[in-house]
Amino acid sequence: MTEVKSAEVPAPPATVPDELTPGHARWHGLRPYLPLVALVVAAVLPYSTLNLPGVFEGPLNSPGTLQLLAICLVFGGLAAGYDLLFGRTGMLSFGHALYFAAGVYGTDVLITKAGLPLWQAALLTVVGGTTLAALLGAVALRTVGIAFAMVTLAFAQVGAILVARDFGGLTGGEEGLPLDVSGLPAGLVGVTNTVNLYWLALAYLAIVVLVVHRVSGSPTGRVLAGLRDDERRIGVLGLDPYRFKLVAFTLAGGLATAGGVVYVLIVGGASPHITSSELTLSLLVMVVLGGPGTRWGPVLGGVLYMYLDHRLTAFGSSDAVNNLPAFLSHPLSQPLFVLGTVFILAVYFFPGGLASLRTRLTPLLTTLRPRR
Amino acid sequence: MNTVVLLTLTGLGLAALYFLVASGLSLVFGLADVLNFAHGLFLGVGAYATWWAAGNLPGAGSDGLGFVVAVLFGVLAGSLVAVLVELVLIRPLYSRTIEQVLVTVGLSLAGVALLQATWGADPRPFPRPDWSRDVTSVLGAQVPNAGLLLIVAAVVVLGALLAFLRWTRYGLIIRAGVENREMVTALGIDVRKAFTLVFAIGGAAAALAGALGGVYFGTVSPGQGGSLLIFAFIVVVIGGMGSVVGSAYAAVAVGLLQQFVNYYGTSGLGDLCVVGLLAVVLLLRPQGLAGKVAHA
Repeated sequence: MTEVKSAEVPAPPATVPDELTPGHARWHGLRPYLPLVALVVAAVLPYSTLNLPGVFEGPLNSPGTLQLLAICLVFGGLAAGYDLLFGRTGMLSFGHALYFAAGVYGTDVLITKAGLPLWQAALLTVVGGTTLAALLGAVALRTVGIAFAMVTLAFAQVGAILVARDFGGLTGGEEGLPLDVSGLPAGLVGVTNTVNLYWLALAYLAIVVLVVHRVSGSPTGRVLAGLRDDERRIGVLGLDPYRFKLVAFTLAGGLATAGGVVYVLIVGGASPHITSSELTLSLLVMVVLGGPGTRWGPVLGGVLYMYLDHRLTAFGSSDAVNNLPAFLSHPLSQPLFVLGTVFILAVYFFPGGLASLRTRLTPLLTTLRPRR
Repeated sequence: MNTVVLLTLTGLGLAALYFLVASGLSLVFGLADVLNFAHGLFLGVGAYATWWAAGNLPGAGSDGLGFVVAVLFGVLAGSLVAVLVELVLIRPLYSRTIEQVLVTVGLSLAGVALLQATWGADPRPFPRPDWSRDVTSVLGAQVPNAGLLLIVAAVVVLGALLAFLRWTRYGLIIRAGVENREMVTALGIDVRKAFTLVFAIGGAAAALAGALGGVYFGTVSPGQGGSLLIFAFIVVVIGGMGSVVGSAYAAVAVGLLQQFVNYYGTSGLGDLCVVGLLAVVLLLRPQGLAGKVAHA
């Protein structure tokens, strides 16, 4: 439809390049700094007492809102790390939850059961999680495609079983393991200090985005993109696909473990549901909704998914939904039903995810803009 | 001796459940290259439809012939849902494997949430015939009848599937399609009709697994399919994608291994052994016991 319309629009005078028009020049000069601006805005957000009724329960600087935002940010970072595998290297891993869970349970067990101080526990956990990813990746990457997905799924399942069966009383089984906060730095404990956790989550997200950005811009990143597009060709060029994939897998695993360390501090404990394959599936949903292989798509997808997952529960029990007839109100009160449906629609109608919205809307806007 | 017989038979019962889920998965994957995450949904639909029919459908009940009618209704419902899923969601994405996987992932999330929204998250008591609660004495071991029922059903399904694949024209097309889809298409046969058929068969088998699994466990809950699905995946990979006989062997191996190790070792160790078996098989024989190599 839009294509037919745009044919009627006379071709724009292409003589003046974008950079030379004054407005565009200023815009282009600012663009590289936009992420920095966003970071600063996000960093000073806790100082605002703005109340957004319907969007958040309390004002922006209330602990509840900050905790929700912190969880959203951590999952934004996780999705960005997962995208390193799925969107940039083309590896469909169904076991990413394992490394996240390793971060959560590793930190929790080391602090609560072994009594280590936070920095030692965090360091040990991240090193351990990265090593785990390297070892399991070395085995799993001997297979390709769907078999790879299955093997990673099975490995993650082992993690879930280990946690659920509670071997040696370490993980607390079904009930989870609350974090022992007595040994933690005072700035990270208590409701009034939620803002510090929020900044921690923001720092994690920034680091992940930076790492993924640097890696995908490096020569290694170009090989990874090549692996995604045509693995055989990379092999013909004399590069070893196995080694590059293992690097990406290990790096993504390490980033996920670090995310787990931050998450356990925010939530204040570990619960077995984070080991489930459903978490990996939701990571996949986040990346695809946001736009795989783009810098901001997965982050946006992760933040939005977690936000909706938390807020749709409140939305589902609100009066507006409860007053609907039963066949509508019951499904709508299930966040996963709404998200799953949106996800299917996105696969069909928005293959590029949220990140592709701009390029998709531009032709429409140019068509609709009044002619001068 | 009694314990060994009992463990063998209960292990075979578990294997039968795995086989019913895995046979459909394996055929769908072998023919259409679709890794179907929504297969657990078909199982859930079958279980809930049987449960609903036993209480509400005239002529159906929880005992005798009424129970058979209820199970038939459940199987029909599962099959119908599978066909609808194939026609509406999978077919437009023909030969775009990753997108198909993504759609089935979304469907598994949304479908299970829908079951949960309609009938609640808590397990519901499943209507089962009185005789299925009893035990039968086999070689001195007291074996629950529900497990025997599962074994019989799985053997019947295996026999029917093999007969169908070997002696009918559509079975021939499916076997040829698993082997080389492009060639079958080139010969002027519409493979996509076979896709729908395979989905219907797989959905029916999964729904049967749901209904009989309900009898076996005594309850029905929305998440039941998901937990079975992971082991069914493992069975499919070990058995070789696209091979019904391979799935049957793998299901028996997995079921027995799980049952014996869980009994003689710590509880949960059997599940780990199954994953270990998967890793060994994949490293030594990536195409599975009897199947084609999975391509990227």
